[in-house]
Amino acid sequence: MLTKTIRATLIASAIFATGFAQAASVKIGFITTLTTPAAVIGEDMKNSVELAMEHIGGKMGNLDVELIMEDDGFKPDVGKQKTDKLVKQDDVDFVVGYIWSHVLLASAKSVLDADKFLISANAGPSQMAGERCHKNFFSTSWQNDQTPMALGEHLNQKGVKSIYVMAPNYAAGKDMVRGVESTFKGKILGKDMTKWGADAQLDFSAELAKAKASGAEGIFVFYPGKAGGAFIKQYQQAGLQGQMDLYSVFTVDSIALPKLQAAGLSGVLGSRNTQEWSPDILNAANQRFVGDYLKKYGKYPSFYGAQSYDAIMLIKSAVEKVGGNLKDKDALRAALKAADFDSVRGRYSYGNNHMPIQNFYLREVVADDQGRWTTKIVSTVLTNHQDPYASQCKM
Amino acid sequence: MDWNLLITQLLNGLQLGLLLFLLASGLTLIFGIMDFINLSHGSFYMIGAYFCGTVVAKTGSFLLGILLGLVGVFVVGALVEWFIARKLYRADHLDHVLVTFGLILIFDTLVHIIWGASGMAIPLPDSLNGQVSIGSLVLPSYRLLIIGCGLLVAGLLYVLVVRTRLGMLIRAGASNRTMVEALGVNINRLFLIVFALGATMAGFAGMLIAPITEASIGMGNDIIIIAFVVVIVGGIGSVKGAFYAAMILGLIDTLSRSYLDLLLNLVMPVTYAETAAPALSAMLVYILMAAVLAFRPQGLFPPAGVK
Repeated sequence: MLTKTIRATLIASAIFATGFAQAASVKIGFITTLTTPAAVIGEDMKNSVELAMEHIGGKMGNLDVELIMEDDGFKPDVGKQKTDKLVKQDDVDFVVGYIWSHVLLASAKSVLDADKFLISANAGPSQMAGERCHKNFFSTSWQNDQTPMALGEHLNQKGVKSIYVMAPNYAAGKDMVRGVESTFKGKILGKDMTKWGADAQLDFSAELAKAKASGAEGIFVFYPGKAGGAFIKQYQQAGLQGQMDLYSVFTVDSIALPKLQAAGLSGVLGSRNTQEWSPDILNAANQRFVGDYLKKYGKYPSFYGAQSYDAIMLIKSAVEKVGGNLKDKDALRAALKAADFDSVRGRYSYGNNHMPIQNFYLREVVADDQGRWTTKIVSTVLTNHQDPYASQCKM
Repeated sequence: MDWNLLITQLLNGLQLGLLLFLLASGLTLIFGIMDFINLSHGSFYMIGAYFCGTVVAKTGSFLLGILLGLVGVFVVGALVEWFIARKLYRADHLDHVLVTFGLILIFDTLVHIIWGASGMAIPLPDSLNGQVSIGSLVLPSYRLLIIGCGLLVAGLLYVLVVRTRLGMLIRAGASNRTMVEALGVNINRLFLIVFALGATMAGFAGMLIAPITEASIGMGNDIIIIAFVVVIVGGIGSVKGAFYAAMILGLIDTLSRSYLDLLLNLVMPVTYAETAAPALSAMLVYILMAAVLAFRPQGLFPPAGVK
């Protein structure tokens, strides 16, 4: 009899204890790509989030952080399913991540309709910055158009007269092309939008032959992930180096560079691209992030990682500001909007559409003191730049 | 008209066609002779690339990478036939699809465990990273090598299938398997050889493409669907059909990527043409397959005796 009572009490207290523990944690669902060749990007984001969790000791204020990683398989439908699972089954407080614009666009409604916070750590489709902007949507990256806009600006400064444009045929590819077209004042002599997704086109022989025949001075490309490495190899094999300068966004990064170095494609050294972050930005937060990442994983983090790390730090700053009271959504939203944390790119602010207003830098590919290929900032192209869709957002 | 561009694009189409042929010839033989649907054929393509890349990374020799890689893929192909495929020939097509789909997942995960998610770059010797000039044409030398290797293998396969006893059995098997069995041919050995040979050719295609793209998880799954289209367009079981169909599809794909936007531009504004062209060129090969299935379901060049 007595043992029975004790057992019942124990069970009851166990139930209450778990119930209590659930309330006393911040639940973060993280969606990225962990399978398909694009897993290499997802791995970088995962590494960075895990490093961020170490740096904050797994706590935000008094609350424990519970992290749930999900794989979108590089597919919008799978991404939406996983988002639904995070929102409905796991009942997370924040859904974070998203490499791909088309995955984010397919998944956003599930999170926002459930009155949860959505933080994009990479994808920045124009729709989410403009007409589909939402009070609970924040970005720790950029709007897609901005980085190529900075590149177009750099082309003007350099006096480039004509370019050929290549990008994958999906939401972000279109934004990127629109971005460079909006600022570049010279002529665009040709354009190719190639097949994208899990079965993306990786052999660019036909397109490179067209680019060469167009006689453009330079070639602008946007090929994230493994397509970037493939493109640069073929660019060099086609003998375009020295004939057509390579200008890229989101293509030559810490993910492509080690592989290009392994393949001995030195043509990429000295090539230039634009980005809101670089491993060599001098501030305490970035030095800690890059230094510890190098120590832990033996390679440089990429901008995907930097933005994911920032997303965790942004959430931490907001959770601490509201004293751990996650129920008060308005206060939490205001705290997120303040962006009151030390971003690894340096401080930035949020515009009306919750997209960062930030600097964009021109980066050059160089070898570091240990001979590893990385990027170094050359100059600032755009200062405190706001995306062109902010005015379409009624917020 | 830019003739240099046209010739370059024709060669690009030829290169793609030959890669497709290397994949599809094995697929069509396995499909045609053993009546076995092998979805995991693309895994051999991936494994070939990883084997080659590993040897190149260890020894620095691309040629050695190819040779040892071919041996490795042959062994893997033989093992898969011996332990898995052999038990399934009498089973239903649905069982083939289920088991070989499972094999894809197993191979992909094994590659993930052994080599990691990040893919593997395969460095080429400097002599292959450059270009070759023919008159005013400048072509990447490695692409020419792919064309040369593809034609060589196609030629060897032709000799094997048309001139040798093994080839005679293969052709007989594709036309009427039961009769070959009834004549007392050691069908188990024939199947083993055909399966491993098909796997080796797929692996070879993977090794050839990997220095251009890279070795990555699931790389075979992207291309296997087109290889099936080649098999269907060419006629199931027909190596000759696979060759012609692969050439046709390679050229259609490359030329539509090059010229479709210009063609569409004649009938619609440039902004629409720019969006419609890539979508349409991605669809063209499937449209061709649908047309073949509708008007000539046995394929363009079916093996002798198949109606």
